[in-house]
Amino acid sequence: MKKTTVSKLVHKYLPYVVVIAAFAVCQSMISAGTMPRTTKTLLIPVCTYIVMAVSLNLTVGISGELSLGHAGFMSIGAFTGIVIAAYTQQVFNCSELLQLLFAILAGGIMAGIMGFLIGIPVLRLQGDYLAIVTLAFGEIIRNVLNCIYISLDGNALRFSFNRPDLPGQLLFRGPTGATGVNRIATFTAGFLLVLFTLFVVLNLIHSRSGRAIMAIRDNKIAAESCGIDVTKYRMMAFVTSAALAGMGGALFGLNYSTLVPANFSFNASILILVYVVLGGIGNITGSIVAATVLYVLPEKLRAFADYRMLVYAVVLIAVMLLTNNQTIKNFLVSFREKGHEKSGKKGGEAV
Amino acid sequence: MTMFLSNLISGISLGSVYAIIALGYTMVYGIAKMLNFAHGDVIMVGAYICFCCLYNLGLPPAVGVLASMAVCTLLGILIERLAYKPLRQATSLAVLITAIGMSYFLQNLAQMIWGANPKSFQTVIPAGSLTLMGGELKISYVSMVTIAASVVVMVALSLFVGRSKMGRAMRCVSEDKGAAQLMGVNVDLTISVTFAIGSALAAIAGVLMCSAYPTLKPTTGSMPGIKAFTAAVFGGIGSIPGAMVGGILLGVIEILGRAYVSSELGDAFVFAVLILVLLVRPTGLLGKKIQEKV
Repeated sequence: MKKTTVSKLVHKYLPYVVVIAAFAVCQSMISAGTMPRTTKTLLIPVCTYIVMAVSLNLTVGISGELSLGHAGFMSIGAFTGIVIAAYTQQVFNCSELLQLLFAILAGGIMAGIMGFLIGIPVLRLQGDYLAIVTLAFGEIIRNVLNCIYISLDGNALRFSFNRPDLPGQLLFRGPTGATGVNRIATFTAGFLLVLFTLFVVLNLIHSRSGRAIMAIRDNKIAAESCGIDVTKYRMMAFVTSAALAGMGGALFGLNYSTLVPANFSFNASILILVYVVLGGIGNITGSIVAATVLYVLPEKLRAFADYRMLVYAVVLIAVMLLTNNQTIKNFLVSFREKGHEKSGKKGGEAV
Repeated sequence: MTMFLSNLISGISLGSVYAIIALGYTMVYGIAKMLNFAHGDVIMVGAYICFCCLYNLGLPPAVGVLASMAVCTLLGILIERLAYKPLRQATSLAVLITAIGMSYFLQNLAQMIWGANPKSFQTVIPAGSLTLMGGELKISYVSMVTIAASVVVMVALSLFVGRSKMGRAMRCVSEDKGAAQLMGVNVDLTISVTFAIGSALAAIAGVLMCSAYPTLKPTTGSMPGIKAFTAAVFGGIGSIPGAMVGGILLGVIEILGRAYVSSELGDAFVFAVLILVLLVRPTGLLGKKIQEKV
């Protein structure tokens, strides 16, 4: 009984511990000046991808729906964030911190609304069909963004579809995206966003709603017969995941001076999915670690230029083959059982 | 009117390519119950092999096509044996990630061998076109050959799956793997043959596609691969006539959407139609209805 509460506590608070420890190490390295510049530039993208992976894990791991369009929500958040940051600067003359705050909030809200609208058709489907439709929506978002132009004319935002001849200063121009963005994202903001994401996701998982979501994942019909509103809870997970992805996107967008919709293609969605799967589906700490390692690794392997993605692909296949190998699985299970026996004996002695 | 007809024909021609790719997708899905994301990259490999035969070795086009089919067949069998077979009992997500890894692997391997710069693929089909309606409507030989090839492939495949012993084995395995094995069907061989056929079709599709749209890059196959998969779902995944119908409809929608609505939104149209179809008929146009069991 006591053991289960301990493991539950570990399950709930381990992600926070990992993130805070990593942040403390990074901060002390920065203030001591021992962190190389190339590593420093990776900090904000790593925070973003942690947010993306944790939020996707909510859809894929906790809700059990394979989503292949997560980068679509990220792009909505990114471009909303960029526009809102420029708007609040011009119109309200906000400080950079407030701009960032508003941008992240707006990115989250916008992506959440899109998540809701997309969720209505998507959540009527299941399995591979659901996966292909999320993929389709991701591509549609990218295509539509390619046709949108937004300008800031005095104090008004102007939108147009397929016509770049807008009055005022163009903030977002279709396929060429946003250029000359004020890079206001900071590592501390990224860290706080990661904490916020963990707070939302972990509290959701360990709440009544979270248990309902997992019950639906495990057996939809059984959950329904227990009186759980399937659509409501699936939608809750989907929209939360989309909104968090939008917030991550806003942070990401404000870290680069140029950003184009083509950055958020199908491959970007797959990249995030790979983080989730290799980190362990449904395992939040795993997502954090996998996103960090797998984002930093290819960047550090730049010396091998041509080979790095090849190596990445081979590692991906090898990990999938090894983790699903029956002999290795059996070995791990026997190993774990031995461990349990030992701890069981210890427990017995203590009593 | 002639404008519309000419768009329609190029749509059907593009759709025929999608249909050939979708046939491979749908057969593999029907039997192995997996989304083979690497299928699109097999198309790219096929096109590169044909390119090499024509340019580096100076072989005649027919030999190039046959060589690329042979290489892709081997590649398909190899991929299945090395990457997918060990995962037959694993979750579908694990298989999907492996397929994605395989897709990255093929793309990057191609980039190492042939470089990232696009190669201009010269058509294997004589250039030129058939002129109809007093010179107003031109149908290129490439379109005609593409459409004819897809019809031939479709008929041959239907006959093979419907009439031959191996075809019957395929249908058995797709219905129930365990029961098929008990009845003496060699499941491993059947799955290998399915991958071999699918990959050979991908090679044909690659050559045809690059004859019509002659830029060849390591990422050439990925978008058509996704669209062909969409076509397979559209027509009802697992169904051979469905893949054909879905592929051709998708090609026509894409070309007409580009021509009459917005050239930027061609892909968005394809995917929007897919979503609409899935909402009205969740198993695709010609797919079988799946009964949900407790």
